[in-house]
Amino acid sequence: MTALDDPPDESEERRGITTAVKGRLQQLLAFGSLVVISAFFSVASPFFFTYGNITAILFSTVVIGTLAVGTTFVIIAGGIDLSIGTGMALCAVMSGVFLVHIGLPPALGVPAAILFGGLIGLVNGMNVALLRIPPFIATLAMMLVAEGLALVLSGSAPIYFTGVEGYVEISTGSLIPGVDFPNAVLVLLGIAALAGLLLTRTVLGRYTYSIGSNEEATELSGIDVRKWKIGIYAFAGLFIGLAGVLISARLGSAQPATGMGYELQAIAAVVLGGTSLSGGRGSILGTLIGALIISVLNNGLQIMSIPQEWQNVILGCVILVAVYTDIIRKRRG
Amino acid sequence: MTGRKIGGALAAAALGLTLGACGPGGGAGGDQPYLAIVSKGFQHQFWQAVKQGAEQEARRRGARVTFVGPATEQDVEEQMNMLTNELAKQPDALGFAALDSRAAAPLLQQAKANDIPVIAFDSGVDSDVPLTTVATDNRAAAAEAAKHMAELLDGQGEVAMVVHDQTSRSGIDRRDGFTEWMASNAPGITVLPPQYGGGDQLESANITKSFLSANPNLEGIYASNEGSAIGVIKGAQESGREEVTIVGFDSGKAQIDAIRNGRMAGAVTQNPIGMGERLVDSALRAVEGAQLPESIDTGYFWYDHENLDDPKIKEVLYQ
Repeated sequence: MTALDDPPDESEERRGITTAVKGRLQQLLAFGSLVVISAFFSVASPFFFTYGNITAILFSTVVIGTLAVGTTFVIIAGGIDLSIGTGMALCAVMSGVFLVHIGLPPALGVPAAILFGGLIGLVNGMNVALLRIPPFIATLAMMLVAEGLALVLSGSAPIYFTGVEGYVEISTGSLIPGVDFPNAVLVLLGIAALAGLLLTRTVLGRYTYSIGSNEEATELSGIDVRKWKIGIYAFAGLFIGLAGVLISARLGSAQPATGMGYELQAIAAVVLGGTSLSGGRGSILGTLIGALIISVLNNGLQIMSIPQEWQNVILGCVILVAVYTDIIRKRRG
Repeated sequence: MTGRKIGGALAAAALGLTLGACGPGGGAGGDQPYLAIVSKGFQHQFWQAVKQGAEQEARRRGARVTFVGPATEQDVEEQMNMLTNELAKQPDALGFAALDSRAAAPLLQQAKANDIPVIAFDSGVDSDVPLTTVATDNRAAAAEAAKHMAELLDGQGEVAMVVHDQTSRSGIDRRDGFTEWMASNAPGITVLPPQYGGGDQLESANITKSFLSANPNLEGIYASNEGSAIGVIKGAQESGREEVTIVGFDSGKAQIDAIRNGRMAGAVTQNPIGMGERLVDSALRAVEGAQLPESIDTGYFWYDHENLDDPKIKEVLYQ
């Protein structure tokens, strides 16, 4: 998971410029595909381009989108996180433990559940950076630990937030009075904007790209790579916690066994958005577009009543095409 | 720039090809009534059989159905998304097997507000929206298993039970249906307290082995689902107590083989095809505005080595 297959054969300056241009092109391509697919479904079904259906699509993007935004940082830094799906389920259960079992007020319990996600990320980061366990293995182990803990702490049964005033509104309520637009979508857009700024405008973002494109060079230029890696995983973990809150608020319950498989969908969204799995390249905007492509495909194919077995085939083909175009451009780059 | 063009063309071509290859999707419109069915899954044999029954009945009655379900029976959020998408298609009626009925409540209210009749199937829903529930009466089916066990043992002896779950509705009903029938109809049979194996084959086998070593006079064992039954068969075999009378629930290849070669006496199976048929039938009646009963029993069948090859039984066994 280093940049070994992408040798630094250009001067750093030139590399920087072409990388920026490439990133923009990839976003345009992803956005173009989104527009084409949406246009196709609008023609194919009269129900696709309605206000209700568009909000439904956005709403169904929230959980995968939130996880994907966080994991974009990890993947740009040359890592991977397989624990985000079951970690999310564990954070949902922790939210239930804090709010329902312990009875904390939401103003305390919700931040605590989000921080718990940060703790999962912190442990992942320490395993990767200090113990030098390969990210794939470290987070695979965490995936199993989180799945098990979620079942243990919940007693293998859903925890319902029935008595918690206002919890469900975090996802399903409408902040904008009189307009039927779920809060969770606003939360996703807000955190994506914030994450985009952090990635492009701060030292955290700069080091994330730097570690992902050449870890050794980053180390040699005097940056404490281990410290920053731990920080990146821990930061990405906050999104695991937030996704746990958003999904449990939507369902009005923490479902301990839900979560396996979400990690792969989130990684697919990141890849569709043009982030390179070998690290060093990617953007939050691209990830958001990637997540939207997945939900638009799911929604549109279902609205057209395409048999469900075929929906997966089509989604898989779209991912292959997206990654293949990325490879073509890289070769010509 | 060329790369981008090629990419765009490829993406469009791939999408067009795959969509074209899928053939007629249908979509909404047309004058046939349209029923959307959201199940708990779509990959398991059981759900495929429900789907088959629903499609058969729809063809017979001139209706269109679509059948979707999440990849796993834990994926509540995915089921909510599917339900939302199906409602967007404005079906004439909706069939719904809830993974978590409380989580689905707001969407069911939305269906009600849009005058879409909802029929629950497979399991009940904590909601007054569904007009009826089309499901197996597990309690009656378990009583059927108890009746056959009592006949096989001539009304005498000790019987143990390995149950798949102590909290779910189906686990409770299949346990209580069995013990209640025995208590009121077979005074000569003693039923030992149930043990729970989570439907896991290995755990059920271990439970069976401890039952058999702790109760040398044990004559029969009842298993409440497929995994439990396979575990009980395995446990009895490993203990060298193959003479013990085993009755079970559900079907599956291993169970059918065990009945064929005599290691298992017989089992009760649900009728998933009948469930699909009754679901579509109820939905169409709801569209016509007919009154429906509170619940509709889709029936069950006892099968053993004698009737295993009856076409009627073969149809409801899934392996």
